[in-house]
Amino acid sequence: MSKRIDVKDLNVYYSKFLAVEGVNIEIKPRSVTAFIGPSGCGKSTFLRTLNRMHEVIPGARVEGEVLLDGDNLYDQNVDPVTVRSQIGMVFQRPNPFPTMSIRDNVLAGVKLNNKRISKSDADNLVEKSLSGANLWNEVKDRLDRPGSGLSGGQQQRLCIARAIAVSPEVILMDEPCSALDPISTLAIEDLINELKNDYTVVIVTHNMQQAARVSDKTAFFNIAGTGKPGKLIEYGETATIFSKPSVKATEDYVSGRFG
Amino acid sequence: MSTTTLTETRGAGQSGDKIFSGATLAAGCLILAVLFSVAVFLLVQALPVASADPAEITGGAGFTTYIFPIVIGTIVAAAIALLIATPLGIGVALFISHYAPRRFAQGFGYVIDLLAAIPSVVYGAWGYAVLAPELAKGYAWLAKNLGWIPIFEGPASQTGRTMLTAGIVLAVMVLPIITSLSREIFLQTPNLHEEAALAMGATRWEMIRMAVLPFARPGIISAAMLGLGRALGETMAVALVLSGGALSASLIASGNQTIAAEIALNFPEAFGLRLSELIAAGLVLFVITLAVNMVARWIITRHKEFSGAN
Repeated sequence: MSKRIDVKDLNVYYSKFLAVEGVNIEIKPRSVTAFIGPSGCGKSTFLRTLNRMHEVIPGARVEGEVLLDGDNLYDQNVDPVTVRSQIGMVFQRPNPFPTMSIRDNVLAGVKLNNKRISKSDADNLVEKSLSGANLWNEVKDRLDRPGSGLSGGQQQRLCIARAIAVSPEVILMDEPCSALDPISTLAIEDLINELKNDYTVVIVTHNMQQAARVSDKTAFFNIAGTGKPGKLIEYGETATIFSKPSVKATEDYVSGRFG
Repeated sequence: MSTTTLTETRGAGQSGDKIFSGATLAAGCLILAVLFSVAVFLLVQALPVASADPAEITGGAGFTTYIFPIVIGTIVAAAIALLIATPLGIGVALFISHYAPRRFAQGFGYVIDLLAAIPSVVYGAWGYAVLAPELAKGYAWLAKNLGWIPIFEGPASQTGRTMLTAGIVLAVMVLPIITSLSREIFLQTPNLHEEAALAMGATRWEMIRMAVLPFARPGIISAAMLGLGRALGETMAVALVLSGGALSASLIASGNQTIAAEIALNFPEAFGLRLSELIAAGLVLFVITLAVNMVARWIITRHKEFSGAN
């Protein structure tokens, strides 16, 4: 249910522009890893290379290796579709399918992988996934209603339920709380703490308190200036990064002196 | 002093607002007035038909007997056109919006839009001179091999100027309408939803089925309805292509007629009661179009909750 990720010498390009340079990072299974850094430093771009979602943008490509339990995601005969079905993603803005009911949203990914699923299996899976996303009690009486009728925080938890319904190896979260109010944010953070019992979670966040609250390890990304590539500056235990980081830039950023 | 800052008005800005709202109101009223006056014209001019002796109506058996075959003909021709053009138009639109390389897609889009600008008489001439003779060969085969199906019953037309040919020409004519509108809708699918599908491991086709088509559904229906409007009302192309006649189930034999073509072919020599008949036929076409549009609206609103508009 959960695998480790090893990234080796990864460069990310948008056509000829080098967006992220030379990232080496090891992410343990069943842990929460936070990526922090100023806007435009490439942390979201890097996150997207972990399930090949960057390829959606024309011209985007990578050099280097991303190993999922030793298997390179960028091997010639690896299909990005397979990669994405094993590495789930939650986006910045909640994006349940507006034309589907809550139930169908949860089952959307399952129906892709395995077309036939009995009704009772489907019911169980819907309940399990929604419970896993701490949403079951709020929506159990209106599973046939459109997902777009929920509040922003509920929609985001629905997206998490949709992601965990397919039992992915890894869950990537791209600023999942940036469009949510503090109460909903707290609900998602609690959920992330529970998710790490079963999944490898990687989260990009702009909120340093959030990184400190939810993550085991933290990676700090930075850029030297506009047009320069983003780099991984420091990676370590969250407590260390926030209390006594070894790099000056990290210290300046986490203490709020810049960024 | 404090009240004056609140009560004093910005003269220019406010009068601009008034002028603009007045202009939009006038535009709205104008379109209603035009529609209303057309309806009144049709009603008044068609009135003599209602009080006329059934024996005096063309065909000698009353207006209903006269109008029924050409109503069916109109609907059949438009239905053939939509059945062909809707799937094809959606396919072409998806190709342009999601499959073709971007640079190529734009040029391709312009070519499709250009198709809409060709006058209908050109389509009619093409259908009459080029398409019909080609299709006639196919019709002979159909009549021989599939003749037991009523719509392919022989004898097949030698000239190919049949209902099916008219329907195909109409399909070509409505294709650009359906394609252009569908393409615009497909391009408006929120990136968020496309990415949601892709991030779950959907292939491009699965992404289109999950995110693009459901989102575009109301738009596709509207596009098909606009196409249908053109197909129902098309006059010149049908008048040129179709060798009209009595109502017949076979689509590959001569016969059948549409309302618009019937009006166009007979209008020049019509006077008196015959004129009223043709105008009444126009009124019937008007009502059919209205009914079809209302059904389409109803279909769209029935799924409003799941449209993604909320």
